[in-house]
Amino acid sequence: MKERVVLDLSKLPLHALGPASVTWWGTLGFMLIEGTGFALVIAVYLYLMSLAPIWPLNAQPPNLLAGTVMTVVLIASVVPNIMLSRWAEHQDLRKVRIGMVVMSVLGIVPLIIRVFEFATLNIKWDSNAYGSVVWTLLGLHTTHIITDLIDTLVLTALMFTRHGDNLRRYGDVQDNAMYWNFVVAAWLPIYGCIYWLARI
Amino acid sequence: MTDTIRRAQILDTELKRPELTSQLEETWKTERGLWGALSTVDHKIIGRRYITTAFVFLLLGGVLAMLIRLQLAGPEGRLIGPDRYNQIFTMHGANMMFLFAVPVMEAMGVYLVPLMVGTRNIAFPRLNAFSYWMFLAGGLVLWISFALDMGPDVGWFAYVPLSGPQYAPGKRADIWAQMITFTEVAALAVAVEIVVTVFKQRAPGMSLDRIPLFVWAMLVTSFVVIMAMPAIMVASTSLILDRLVGTHFFNPAEGGDVLLWQHLFWFFGHPEVYIIFIPAVGMVSTLVATFSRRPVFGYLPLVVALIGTGILAFGLWVHHMFTTGLPRLGESFFTASSMAIAIPSGVQIFCWIATLWEGRPVFKTPLLFVIGFIVTFVIGGLTGVMVASVPFDTQVHDTYFVVAHFHYVLIGGAVFPLLGAVYYWFPKFTGRMMSERLGRWAFWLIFTGFHATFFPMHILGLEGMPRRVYTYQPDLPWHGLNLFASASAIILAAGFFVFFIDVVMSARSGNPAGDNPWDAPTLEWATSSPPPAYNFAQIPVVSSANPLWEQPGALNVANGLHTDRREVVVTTITTAEPQARESSPQNCIWPLWTAIATSVMLVWSIFSPWAVVWGSIPIAITLIGWFWPKGTPEDEA
Repeated sequence: MKERVVLDLSKLPLHALGPASVTWWGTLGFMLIEGTGFALVIAVYLYLMSLAPIWPLNAQPPNLLAGTVMTVVLIASVVPNIMLSRWAEHQDLRKVRIGMVVMSVLGIVPLIIRVFEFATLNIKWDSNAYGSVVWTLLGLHTTHIITDLIDTLVLTALMFTRHGDNLRRYGDVQDNAMYWNFVVAAWLPIYGCIYWLARI
Repeated sequence: MTDTIRRAQILDTELKRPELTSQLEETWKTERGLWGALSTVDHKIIGRRYITTAFVFLLLGGVLAMLIRLQLAGPEGRLIGPDRYNQIFTMHGANMMFLFAVPVMEAMGVYLVPLMVGTRNIAFPRLNAFSYWMFLAGGLVLWISFALDMGPDVGWFAYVPLSGPQYAPGKRADIWAQMITFTEVAALAVAVEIVVTVFKQRAPGMSLDRIPLFVWAMLVTSFVVIMAMPAIMVASTSLILDRLVGTHFFNPAEGGDVLLWQHLFWFFGHPEVYIIFIPAVGMVSTLVATFSRRPVFGYLPLVVALIGTGILAFGLWVHHMFTTGLPRLGESFFTASSMAIAIPSGVQIFCWIATLWEGRPVFKTPLLFVIGFIVTFVIGGLTGVMVASVPFDTQVHDTYFVVAHFHYVLIGGAVFPLLGAVYYWFPKFTGRMMSERLGRWAFWLIFTGFHATFFPMHILGLEGMPRRVYTYQPDLPWHGLNLFASASAIILAAGFFVFFIDVVMSARSGNPAGDNPWDAPTLEWATSSPPPAYNFAQIPVVSSANPLWEQPGALNVANGLHTDRREVVVTTITTAEPQARESSPQNCIWPLWTAIATSVMLVWSIFSPWAVVWGSIPIAITLIGWFWPKGTPEDEA
């Protein structure tokens, strides 16, 4: 095969950020998978609800306080998260380090609130199908928070090493921030489902 | 871990050709020996491994099928008892769907998509390695359980309440459910890799309308996988929860519902058929063009048909549930959508016929399998339109008519194109041609053996023979046709035997293939056979859908990439304008450790819910090992 050079790529950057990058699309792919999973469990909730003569089945609706506090904290966490993403875009190492520490804390706080949420659901997973689906929904979202928290903690540690000040790592910080936004966005329909559908 | 961070320094423009290839070889190579084999992330090695493993499972599933035929050859069969028979038909179905059909199609994508889009490795190569190990572990779990008399015995769709805690004590149903988790994790990982490879790693100039049809097919398939497979994971997880920790998803006594299972299963299960079928039609489009010696007729309608099939795949699931007493209007809707799927399928068939009609067809073995596919698939499609009608379906539901129908669409619709594709791409995989003579023997044996085995099952079904019975009484009128089907199955098996002999012999001593033995138009044929570790010494630049036919013997390329770091070109989604030179990860052992840790957790969690807590710690550790930068040029921008 006779090769003829028609294009010079030597001026291209050595790493792409945001929608230009491969990892950004990979993250989006996994968000689509998890989003589909959440949507399906919500569909299961609605399906069981449509069959039940009364809803919630033989139980009081979950107490509003913990879940609502959770929602407020999660929504509030989006603000520093977006700021962190901007700092990463500007490759400001000092601010990114601060932002990562803040986001690590904001990953731990919801887990503490979550304990109270489980405690005030007013139903156990093995009481009936309603309990099963509520626990599964909340459990899935907890897994979601935990995985993102571990990711954030490792990345925070990484930003304090010699590997930190690097375009690739800033890209990782941005993708991690995008994922947290997804964790928050995924919570809202789940919150509506668990706390408000049970009150209709 | 090294102390200094190394950065890439050498550009390919500074090197002469022999230096360039030896540099690239050094950067992209897989080390010899066991460690190299376990830590490689080369998509070609992993793809070949994936394909081979899937064919081993085909062989094992085939042995089970032959046992079934032996048992049913005459009335009052005494070869296999009812309990073992339950395990065998469940294993046969689960194995063929989850361990052969889906993985083999994705594996073909793993090997071919990066080559066809002109890049040096698949996106997320380490995830790719992880995916293979998970797939292998899932297969081992299923088959080892079977060997221990613990194989699942609840049918490949494991309907509740049969598979629930009340009627399926022991761990057999859990083995089925967890095997699902293994294979779906593997499949989802590959799906994301393929989507991102196609979106972001296409050769410069390969705009959407220049993407090879097989690559389009794999892209659509990957999206179907991403949208469908979470349903089965939700289903199998809730089944395990019902069985292990006492949830009540499928328990009507506590507000659960058994039909919920069928909805979840078929919301996945029907798209599953298209996950197998869409790659196959992508193969057919590729083969038809090459062997007709002209570009495929109707590129745009073919792409739209692929996407249309992918979307419609999600509107059909209820046609598996026509006999469950759903509302009449719902059934009518799903009848309509089931019949609508015939439209994109028909469009494709007519485009292929037009291509063959207008071209100068060369009837080599791959094209024979394509013709076999068209004939068989049309018959399977026609019985498909028949069972889409509720009254007819009610009559033949759970009979051998359905068995015949889905073997026509699955073997005819997917395995025939796959075998053709193996004959077609084998020279690329191995550098050697398969035997044309043995290929023709394999085709005719498989084609006649298949029809003689499965056509009589339509009649058996109409005569009322139910699926999944381990034997039948002598006074029923099923004996003759069953004996005929069983005898014909020997011909079918002989065909596969010839095929496997051909593969083994050709891999050892087939005629050398050269770069492009079929004079095909797509990029995988622009490099040597088998391709070097780096795929292309210089990245191709594309200006048509059939680059190797536009400029015979010449290839436009780009330069300006580093040779001392694994580097790929990232391009825009629609027009494939170059955007960046991204690194591609080096070989790495951590995906294997992660897969082992994940496997331990998944198997453990069949027995104790605490496995999810304690078993996750090793997974987290191995993942950190996987992602922590190693100070190589690939880890730095």
